Amino acid sequence: MKSKLFDYVERDNFVFNLSGMTKLVCFLILTFTVMFSYDARVIIFVLIFSFWILHVSEIRFSQIKVMLYYVMIFLAINFVLTFLFSPKYGVEIYGTEHDLFSITDRYTVTAEQLLYQGTKVLKYLSVIPLGMMFLLTTNPSEFAASLSSIGVPYKASFAVALTLRYFPDMIRDYNDIALAQQARGLDLSRKEKLGTRIKNIMNIFVPLVFSSLDRVEIVSNAMDLRGFGKHKKRTWYSFKPLHKGDAAAIIVSGVILLISLAVTLFINHGRFWNPFLH
Amino acid sequence: MKKLFEFKTRTLVATGIGAALFTLLFMYVKIPTGIPETSIQTAYGVGSFFAAMFGPIAGFLIAFIGHAISDAVQYGSPWWSWVIASGISCCIVGLAYPRLKVDEGVFGWKDILVFNIFQIAANVISWIVVAPLLDIIIYSEPANLVFTQGAVAALWNAISMGVIGTLLLFLYSKTRSGKGTLSKEQ
Repeated sequence: MKSKLFDYVERDNFVFNLSGMTKLVCFLILTFTVMFSYDARVIIFVLIFSFWILHVSEIRFSQIKVMLYYVMIFLAINFVLTFLFSPKYGVEIYGTEHDLFSITDRYTVTAEQLLYQGTKVLKYLSVIPLGMMFLLTTNPSEFAASLSSIGVPYKASFAVALTLRYFPDMIRDYNDIALAQQARGLDLSRKEKLGTRIKNIMNIFVPLVFSSLDRVEIVSNAMDLRGFGKHKKRTWYSFKPLHKGDAAAIIVSGVILLISLAVTLFINHGRFWNPFLH
Repeated sequence: MKKLFEFKTRTLVATGIGAALFTLLFMYVKIPTGIPETSIQTAYGVGSFFAAMFGPIAGFLIAFIGHAISDAVQYGSPWWSWVIASGISCCIVGLAYPRLKVDEGVFGWKDILVFNIFQIAANVISWIVVAPLLDIIIYSEPANLVFTQGAVAALWNAISMGVIGTLLLFLYSKTRSGKGTLSKEQ
């Protein structure tokens, strides 16, 4: 269990110097573009663009290796499950059927299904670099400032800041309690039966949750004593002011969104790109 | 009387710390059920406990933030449909908050029933209705796949909330002393 959620390494380049707010806005715009469109051409463009940004922001492969493994496993499971549950979903969407080869009667591989599932894999792949770009190039203490500057109520933004602040403490508490209980002979591994394992987990949860309730009292008293929440608005020490680069980044992502919407409305007349009709 | 949508500093801090706990459990503490690729998410048990203690807004934010951060850290980007469904499930559990007096040491059979009715309703609504619908609208996933996944999630999360949530509330109520429980020594 790592005590750090992710590694934030300060660097000096275009992406790092953007304000957290800009990166959040760009992330949301580009994710929306990819989520909305089912046009493989648009998605491949965003995919290349987002990997290029990842390259520009000088994120090391070792920083994102674990994420990539998780994503690959997830994509593989999703790919197989989609085919098992709906082998003809592509045919339903595109309205034509080009059989390639058949495994059984139900499981016939069609060009439509391959296009649908292939597009889906590309969709998920292209979102990942965008998320990593926001997560790994933004100083965690700037998260709350960026959330609040796009209109999230500041108390909710502050809750996010507290989450990131107390996560390492929680991991440490959890490890301490789990090791102490294991030293007393508590088995948490697969060898125990389900019921016993839940009982054993409760023996960790009770001290963990109750001690965090105590922590809630301490922290909220400290904040109340310093007058937190007196005013309707607050400013953020870590907020980075906006520069020319920020405007450029937002405009570029906005243009990509508009292109994608235009393709959807005027070329494809729907969310799906259908090459089978011609 | 407890107000349903109150958001005091204490609620805010409970949200932050609850979300940190949720993230941790969501990422690392799952109980394998014996069926491959399905495990009980203990995070929902603790999430439902915090929701019942601090109300619907805290519940929603705890599950939403916790799920979004752990998705972002593990997969690079949150899976929005399920993140929203997570938030809604703990938000609905939080609606039970004005009816419960766990803080005053009261958590009897009637309260157990109330909590469990809310959590089962929450899981059915969020995992069998909200999550699959959002999956279809946002990601165009095939319907029968997402409804099956949703039903499985609803079952395991209801077990997690029903067992871990109920036990935590019960044990916590035992540590609190109620109103008027002091008696004068003769």
